[in-house]
Amino acid sequence: MQKQAIFQSKLLPYALVAPQLAIVLIFFYWPALQAVIQSFLLQDAFGLSTTFVWFENYIELFKDPAYFASILRTFFFSFAIAVSSLSFALLLAVMADKPLRGSMLYRTLLIWPYAVAPPVVGVLWIFMLHPSLGVLARYLRAMGVDWNPLLDGDQAAALIILAAAWKQISYNFLFFLAGLQAIPKSVFEAAAIDGARPMRRFWTVTFPLLSPTIFFLLVVNIVYAFFDTFGIIDTMTRGGPGTSTVTLVYKVYSDGLLGGNLGSSAAQSVILMIMVIVLTGIQFRFVERKVTY
Amino acid sequence: MANVTLRNVRKTYPGGFEAIKGVNVDVADGQFCVLVGPSGCGKSTLLRMVAGLETVTGGEIDIGGRIVNQIEPADRDIAMVFQNYALYPHMSVFNNMAYGLRNRGMKEAEVKTRVDEAARVLELTAMLERKPRQLSGGQRQRVAMGRAIVRQPKVFLFDEPLSNLDAKLRIAMRVEIRKLQRRLSTTSIYVTHDQLEAMTLADILVVMNGGRVEQVGNPLAIYEKPATTFVASFIGAPPMNLMSIRSDEIKSQLSGSASEAGILGIRPEDFVITDQTPAGGVALPLTVEAIERVGAETFVYGSRAQDEQRIAATPGELPPGEVIVRIPGTESPAIGAKIRVAVVRNKLHLFSGDGRTRIEA
Repeated sequence: MQKQAIFQSKLLPYALVAPQLAIVLIFFYWPALQAVIQSFLLQDAFGLSTTFVWFENYIELFKDPAYFASILRTFFFSFAIAVSSLSFALLLAVMADKPLRGSMLYRTLLIWPYAVAPPVVGVLWIFMLHPSLGVLARYLRAMGVDWNPLLDGDQAAALIILAAAWKQISYNFLFFLAGLQAIPKSVFEAAAIDGARPMRRFWTVTFPLLSPTIFFLLVVNIVYAFFDTFGIIDTMTRGGPGTSTVTLVYKVYSDGLLGGNLGSSAAQSVILMIMVIVLTGIQFRFVERKVTY
Repeated sequence: MANVTLRNVRKTYPGGFEAIKGVNVDVADGQFCVLVGPSGCGKSTLLRMVAGLETVTGGEIDIGGRIVNQIEPADRDIAMVFQNYALYPHMSVFNNMAYGLRNRGMKEAEVKTRVDEAARVLELTAMLERKPRQLSGGQRQRVAMGRAIVRQPKVFLFDEPLSNLDAKLRIAMRVEIRKLQRRLSTTSIYVTHDQLEAMTLADILVVMNGGRVEQVGNPLAIYEKPATTFVASFIGAPPMNLMSIRSDEIKSQLSGSASEAGILGIRPEDFVITDQTPAGGVALPLTVEAIERVGAETFVYGSRAQDEQRIAATPGELPPGEVIVRIPGTESPAIGAKIRVAVVRNKLHLFSGDGRTRIEA
């Protein structure tokens, strides 16, 4: 099959991709290059002199226990957010897949949270769970829970995970629902006749048939938890209390813009950039080829 | 081993649509029952009700002396073969067949014996480790059959299992299914819209239309004595020619009670091209409009002399006034030729004017 387009002029194809290339170069490669250069530089505290220090920023970073703590924290957050939002979304999707009345309405309602911007999500959850303002916080205290995420690092972390996972549920739900609807109904009927009870049917038929969707969403959710939770963290905890909710992305921001350590911040960005490349690579390698069941 | 009895079975959907309007069918132990009818006649719905995939809103379904209306599909001891096969795409052929056995807690050794035996019968032994997507349509169909037979259920249910296969394979599989069913002598209910499939497979044929049973019986008996004009035109290919008896041309040729009937039916193969008129029979002058030569036989599409309305029993039938005649393949009248065809007395089918009742002359 002929897939290549044939152009009369040699310049036309370049002209056609030029706008796209220009955007990528100006808004991605240029800043990325700047970050790489910056990561090799060290500025004095007043920003008066800059020295080229090779990999010193990186070496410093890997000697810093706080950075390792942040890496571990980010992995834990990503795992917790991905697992909780995926499992809850799957539960909702399986329930919404049943042919019930008004299904269009509640499916639409379940998709809405995705349209809410991350900082707004943060504000919403603060209103519910802020120790002195929050509606739910009151009930928690009434039930005897010593609820104070402003002081308790674990509770703050739980709060971030909760809000970030909640936001991602809609997105996952949408994919799971589409995945479920792509499975022919007769397969479930055959399983029912074959004597599989609903739970067994789910684990032996539904779940394996959804595995390509699950894998795709797992990667998407990890990328989301890594990079897109900044808005939620910034509005809810600003990384606190202490550093208990400082993820890698938040650390780039706080070290660079708040701490003024541009070199280290740039080095951290470069490391993050490599992580994104790896994750995207995994996604393309496996998702494009499709996980086969 | 079980008989299946449907007593006044009804299905009304929440919107008020009545899909099944009271069906009574009795399938004896080991019989092969075929439900046939045009699409939308309720035959698949009825089968799914027997399977337990659709609720029953009226009447009783009895499998082996047990009313199963409220019983889960898994507990009805039935196996079903679906139109799209409904194989589990992520499981190997072996696991597809073993799934229903394992769900019932059968010992793994027994599972293996049963699956291997089924695979041997269906010639799937070499493919047990393959996934469904690596199989051809016919092989998938056989896996679906295998999944049904390993369970050794009381009843097999088939929902148009051959309609996704090409014509040649369909005929081969049709024969296979019949042989298999004979050997296992398991009561079977088979849904199809293909009247040829229905005729060749059935011990007992149920012709359905619009949620009702039009006629039940032995396939040849139905072919020879269709109870309504619907059955007459649905069973048999090409369909029976149906003509109104209002015109003097036909009426004058019929005697006694026959002339009181409303509709006359004649099968295309019962015509003979002749100048004679058999005693008590009917003769028609025709103009040849088209010829179809298929080798062993020739179909002549002729138009009647006068503008006679042919009764359209099912939609999409022949245009009014057209008559199909089947003659041996060696004969071929010229297009535009005037011919005269005749039918003997006992090959005439007579129906009331509304086509709902057969009249025996």
